[in-house]
Amino acid sequence: MTPFTTLTGIAAPLPKANVDTDQIIPARFLKTIRRTGLGKSLFANFRYDEAGAEKPDFVLNQEPYRKAEILIAFENFGCGSSREHAPWALLDFGIRCVIAPDFADIFHNNSFKNGILPVKLPREVCERLMEDARMGGNARITVDLERQVVVRPNGEEIPFEVDAFRRHCLLNGLDDIGQTLQHAPAIDTHEAKLRASQPWLFA
Amino acid sequence: MAETRPRTLFDKIWDHHVVETLPDGTTLLYIDRHLVHEVTSPQAFEGLRAAGRPVRRPDATIAVVDHNIATDSTRLSGITDPESRVQVETLEQNVEAFGVPYIPLHDARQGIVHVIGPEQGLSLPGMTIVCGDSHTSTHGALGALAFGIGTSEVEHVLATQTLLQKPARNMRVTVDGVLPPGCTAKDIVLAIIGHIGTAGGTGHVIEFAGEAIRALDMAGRMTVCNMSIEAGARAGMVAPDETTFAYVRGKPHAPKGEALERAIAWWRTLPSDAGATFDKEVVLRAEEIVPMVSWGTSPEDVLPVTATVPDPAAAADETRRAQLQRMVDYMGLVPGQKITDLRIDVAFIGSCTNSRIEDMRAAAAIAKGRKVAEGVRAMVVPGSGLVKLQAEAEGLDAVFREAGFEWREAGCSMCLGMNPDKLTPGQRCASTSNRNFEGRQGPGGRTHLVSPAMAAAAAIAGHFVDVREWSAQ
Repeated sequence: MTPFTTLTGIAAPLPKANVDTDQIIPARFLKTIRRTGLGKSLFANFRYDEAGAEKPDFVLNQEPYRKAEILIAFENFGCGSSREHAPWALLDFGIRCVIAPDFADIFHNNSFKNGILPVKLPREVCERLMEDARMGGNARITVDLERQVVVRPNGEEIPFEVDAFRRHCLLNGLDDIGQTLQHAPAIDTHEAKLRASQPWLFA
Repeated sequence: MAETRPRTLFDKIWDHHVVETLPDGTTLLYIDRHLVHEVTSPQAFEGLRAAGRPVRRPDATIAVVDHNIATDSTRLSGITDPESRVQVETLEQNVEAFGVPYIPLHDARQGIVHVIGPEQGLSLPGMTIVCGDSHTSTHGALGALAFGIGTSEVEHVLATQTLLQKPARNMRVTVDGVLPPGCTAKDIVLAIIGHIGTAGGTGHVIEFAGEAIRALDMAGRMTVCNMSIEAGARAGMVAPDETTFAYVRGKPHAPKGEALERAIAWWRTLPSDAGATFDKEVVLRAEEIVPMVSWGTSPEDVLPVTATVPDPAAAADETRRAQLQRMVDYMGLVPGQKITDLRIDVAFIGSCTNSRIEDMRAAAAIAKGRKVAEGVRAMVVPGSGLVKLQAEAEGLDAVFREAGFEWREAGCSMCLGMNPDKLTPGQRCASTSNRNFEGRQGPGGRTHLVSPAMAAAAAIAGHFVDVREWSAQ
């Protein structure tokens, strides 16, 4: 996983609540056996018409947002399906950070596993950042995970909270499985105990 | 370890599965059962292969194909869509290479992963159960902690049989009283989501309790728990009781004899202690529940069948007004229009929410002796090959066919628009599935979530009807 430390980039405004994972990546694009290549299908139903042509009114089809690295949205971002294709599609498009008032649990979890930082900020702060984002290419937003601040184009710093363990993993690009396997003896012990107390769990 | 604090059902199952707690509170949680399907697993197996890691416990894992497959009678002759075929073949290669038990397409036990888990006795009370699918919450009906995970976590469970988790908060939704005739588990859960909203359960595990929940059979409890995720919850659960034990008894992979009695003795200790506290409590009266229909593109946008389409102009703030307008436009509705005046093109009875034998019976009771309206396509898709066989043994297939319904093979079908069963743009569907998101059942498709009886009745009338006014024949 690519570490996430500090990101300065263009932010795309997506002023919608309940952006579900079917919107982020419709199910017909889940037929892949890879993690990459999904960027072109990100928000497909918003980005393309039935003939496959770009819809000019959708934010990610507009300059400078085609190069957005940050997405700003409203409540309950990423609700719905557990598909990790949603963060994969965002990442493949180039988005490394989503800022919203809150996130659905599974999407929130999946983002961290892929080097995407979900930043929770109150609705009114998101609205201000949305205004910043609407200013386009001259309005770069910085997301500094080390210092846990979002820096607005006017220099104002907005602190955010993030789980300490997830921050550590993201800053260092750590692989969860490798870390868990360091606890293999504890897993062995737990399993041995279960085998004795609940033998029906072992075929 | 002496434990005196009153604990919830969730607390007890959680505590039982803690392998280790890291200094910051992150918990290494042991996973008893891992269900795998073709869509969210290929990249996980690829990760194992790249790192040279085996599957730690193939015996705790089960794989099945459900999302991509066709549900028509020709499906055994091969999947025509090349990408779907690759995904299914990849799963078959992976289960072979990693020694994971697999239920293939031609097996009578094949079906939707959330139908076959309980049906095979692979999902049991007290277990931690995961799957790369958000509707894993279904299995919580057995009194298990069951939740959906992403593909990275699928790989993590395959490699370690654990997950890194932070404990969820406890929420209890109590439905007191007796459910009126014509109302079902689906109406209960739609009413709950309408009440608490799609983020009402975020960060929480919901325990469904109360007289109306206790009175539900296992299929009904699965319908309720299935849609916990639509309320944003990490999981939903119902405390195991005699209904649960009777259901589990005799299931192929359930413990038998002395082992079963030992298991039941433990399962009896799981229900929440008197005095256990919940971070959030919601109480609903079953008597107030009516047949529900979703009208918008989020599962919280539900209405009683007797209601009318809301007027966006009446919304409290501009964001909500814009959201409602977008939904009204997408769904092709007119504010003030009666729900019962909405004509449908398709009725879909199936999905992990409502495809069990009890759902088939409820729909057949409405369909019996009646005919599907002219111009309506009505599909019945059993949740597993075994549900299909059972329904056929009861003659339900004949009831459906005579009424003009399609009787199909098991799979996810028209729930999610990734296999041949899809809506075309603008089609309006009475669907027993779980999500009415834009494009969920196919680009431009318009989904209205309802119970199986309501879907069957809409198929026959050609528009939504209040099923309470219809007698089962």
